[in-house]
Amino acid sequence: MSISLLLLVVAVIGAVGYFIGSWRANALAGGKLSSLHSRPGYYGSFVALWAILPAVVVVFVWVIASPIYVNSTIRAGFPEEVKAEPQATQNLNYNMISAIARGFKVLTAEEREALFKDGAAARDVLASKGVPVAAEPAPYMLKSADDLNRMTNTSSTLLSILAIVVATAGAFLSYRSIAPKFRARNRVEGMMLVGLIAASSIAILTTVGIVASMFTEAVHFFNMVPAWEFFFGTVWDPRFAAAGATASAGQFGLIPLLAGTLYIGFVAMLVAVPVGLFAAIYMSEYASRHVRSVAKPLLEVLAGIPTIVYGFFALVTVGPFLRDISAQLNGLVTGNYSNFIQAQSVLTAGFVMGIMLIPYVSSLSDDIITAVPRALRDGSLGLGATRSETIKRVILPAALPGIVGALLMTASRAVGETMIVVLAAGVAARMQLNPFEPMTTVTVKIVNQLTGDLEFTSPQTLVAFALGITLFFITLCLNIYALYIVRKYREQYE
Amino acid sequence: MSQVSTSPSMATLGVSAKPERRDIGLRRRYAAERRFRLFGMAAIAFGLLFLFLLLFSVVSKGYTAFQQSMITIPVEFSEQVIDKNNERATNPQKLVSANYPVVARNALAKVLGVAEDDRAGLKAVNGMISDSVRTQFRDMVVANPAIIGTTQTVTFLAHGDLDSAFKGQIDLSVAENNRKISDKQVGWMNTLVESGALSKHFNTGLFVNGASSRPEAAGLGVAVVGSLYMMLIVLVLSLPIGVAASIYLEEFAPKNRFTDLIEVNINNLAAVPSIVYGLLGLAVFVNFAGFPRSAALVGGLVLTLMTLPTIIIATRAALKAVPPSIRSAALGLGASKMQTVFHHVLPLAMPGILTGTIIGLAHALGETAPLLLIGMVAFVADIPGTPLDPSTALPVQIYMWANEAERAFVERTSGAIMVLLIFLILMNVGAILLRRRFERRW
Repeated sequence: MSISLLLLVVAVIGAVGYFIGSWRANALAGGKLSSLHSRPGYYGSFVALWAILPAVVVVFVWVIASPIYVNSTIRAGFPEEVKAEPQATQNLNYNMISAIARGFKVLTAEEREALFKDGAAARDVLASKGVPVAAEPAPYMLKSADDLNRMTNTSSTLLSILAIVVATAGAFLSYRSIAPKFRARNRVEGMMLVGLIAASSIAILTTVGIVASMFTEAVHFFNMVPAWEFFFGTVWDPRFAAAGATASAGQFGLIPLLAGTLYIGFVAMLVAVPVGLFAAIYMSEYASRHVRSVAKPLLEVLAGIPTIVYGFFALVTVGPFLRDISAQLNGLVTGNYSNFIQAQSVLTAGFVMGIMLIPYVSSLSDDIITAVPRALRDGSLGLGATRSETIKRVILPAALPGIVGALLMTASRAVGETMIVVLAAGVAARMQLNPFEPMTTVTVKIVNQLTGDLEFTSPQTLVAFALGITLFFITLCLNIYALYIVRKYREQYE
Repeated sequence: MSQVSTSPSMATLGVSAKPERRDIGLRRRYAAERRFRLFGMAAIAFGLLFLFLLLFSVVSKGYTAFQQSMITIPVEFSEQVIDKNNERATNPQKLVSANYPVVARNALAKVLGVAEDDRAGLKAVNGMISDSVRTQFRDMVVANPAIIGTTQTVTFLAHGDLDSAFKGQIDLSVAENNRKISDKQVGWMNTLVESGALSKHFNTGLFVNGASSRPEAAGLGVAVVGSLYMMLIVLVLSLPIGVAASIYLEEFAPKNRFTDLIEVNINNLAAVPSIVYGLLGLAVFVNFAGFPRSAALVGGLVLTLMTLPTIIIATRAALKAVPPSIRSAALGLGASKMQTVFHHVLPLAMPGILTGTIIGLAHALGETAPLLLIGMVAFVADIPGTPLDPSTALPVQIYMWANEAERAFVERTSGAIMVLLIFLILMNVGAILLRRRFERRW
């Protein structure tokens, strides 16, 4: 039976176990519930957990292990001359066999017999049943496919029997242990705690997964391209992944991408920091409660808009506008109506990204400025300073570590931002200083290298992981440094 | 105060009753104060201006996408065109592969009075009809072959260029050769509009159709279903896992290295760029575990990992907001630690948790970059039946349309953005209402 049906059956056994367990506990109590250690529901849950958990573990392990076993057995059954072929060809063969095996399932028994007698027609017969096969199958493939189907069926039957037996046995054994003195609640709560710990470990698993997966793929990449050529190369020209070609002629220099990333991020911060800071200062120090209650949520809407929308805005509105206005300016000054700002440029991408970052800067700084104690303000105002002087000389210095931390976190967002730069920054990896020309970023190149056909053996694909791990470490360092600054230089009032 | 600032002028007038005052630069300082204040207002105005411009730019370009030009004319399903040699009884394939666009073209040519031998004229007429009539008429004829030889009044899509012209998006003052629609076609368009044959209908296709290279027939159906699957997966996985993790960290975890490690991890994961999650999904779920590329399942898993830190942080804040007296009371009445948390603390924290979850889901709904990497940038024409089928997502569809060159796709893209923003607004309003309705202040 299918896995989902099997899990359903196990769940039903668990549910039945719950009711029998609670009923048994009630019966043991004989109307005097206080004689039980735990409430009857806990005895039921205990039985249910013992029915479900081991069975689910069995199913899980089996689902992972069984295809590996079947795969290796089928491959071991290949004729010797096939085994001598390279690994890639064998993989193709195996894929064909599984396609044929799928096809066998829709054939009737007679049709299958006919195929074994006359293998030549196999491809046409299968195609007529809606199962395309890449090439005319070799005779051994038909046999292997048949084996594959048989083994998969056996495996599925075995798994069903095993899971149901384990579930029933678990339910039965735990049912036997029910007694008034039995500490069912403690057992159940212990298992719940294990579940809670497992859930919170997922955060660690994710980090480990990110680092490990990117690291292994990046190591593959560095085996093909020396690390120093990647980190210090000044030319980005990966060429295309040619099928079958082993020698890669591309150049993978990180520097132009990093330059573009930092330049665009810098332009973005140039827009976001003054606007965001002044907005935060006005909102926390000047604005009436009414203005604040309207303006603050409206500004935060900017943070809720998906970045793809900003990208589209840059692509169809800001970029063309800058291009046209530069043409007009140029025309007015020199008489030559050609634009000096490209539609896709550092300026376009940086400016729109800056708008996106305004709410990050403003709401983070707002919190920090508001946290500066009232007494500092009153003291400064009482000595005759104006409000702006109080802000500049007292509040900002007191809030500085927090604000710097907030700005670093914003910068890490700017570095990792993808959709705006994909649509508005251009794809040409160049090193230049003119903000009116397109440049490209690390994130753009990750997207470029990984959309379309992938081949996990070519440096053109794997370079994306090297770029990814670079990006990961840059943002990680920015965030850790931000935390460090905040902790080290925090003013302690009280 | 204003008297103080005028005192230097009084001194020069020779009013000696008051002692001479030093110029302490108050005028300058007040000017600086006003300037500073103005900068603050300007900053807020700048932010709001661009919020307005962004929304205006999207809405002004996109509101027309919700209407689509359609042509309603009598169409003769001529046997001559569909099945000249009358072989449909023996060869059912004949009805499927018949040249239906010609049927529509002839019908429109008849209405417009274009002669059957006017080749250039027929070509121009053909340019006014969407190629999607092929499937539309095919489905009609295959469903009911009896209509062959009869004349039916049919409503079908106009070509994307005609649609743009009818909506006034094509500048007709441009030289004829430089625009997508000729003067002759514009004349016909006006005739059709006058006779009522060409009119705008509500664009149901935008919400139902899958991908298409023709803008007039392209729709968000696949993307909406794909996004829906992913949101379900994210909700089903990240809510229980996130809540369980927060309960452990907030209520049970001892202060030790392990829990410190988890905390640092969660805070860092919240700041990891989303594209890195895409790389993780590609390497682990697609390459290692062998899940199908482009499937909503993989997208959902990646977005789950991305949303988890957000949900955990929101849930921990909600748990922290429940006062300790509740816990003490429950513990004092003999409840176990686990019973205290699950029977008393968690229900009280639930509104805050759900608000955080909805906001996390809204972020996940708008996320594009990781989905590009796991191959959801695909041309999917059929609505996916299960989360394992290839599909796209709303923001990815927007990305794909934004890259299309045709003018009519800009309208579609803006329309799609409006749909996405409406979903986001609904989710956020839901979160706010939830907070207003159930939030408790202790």
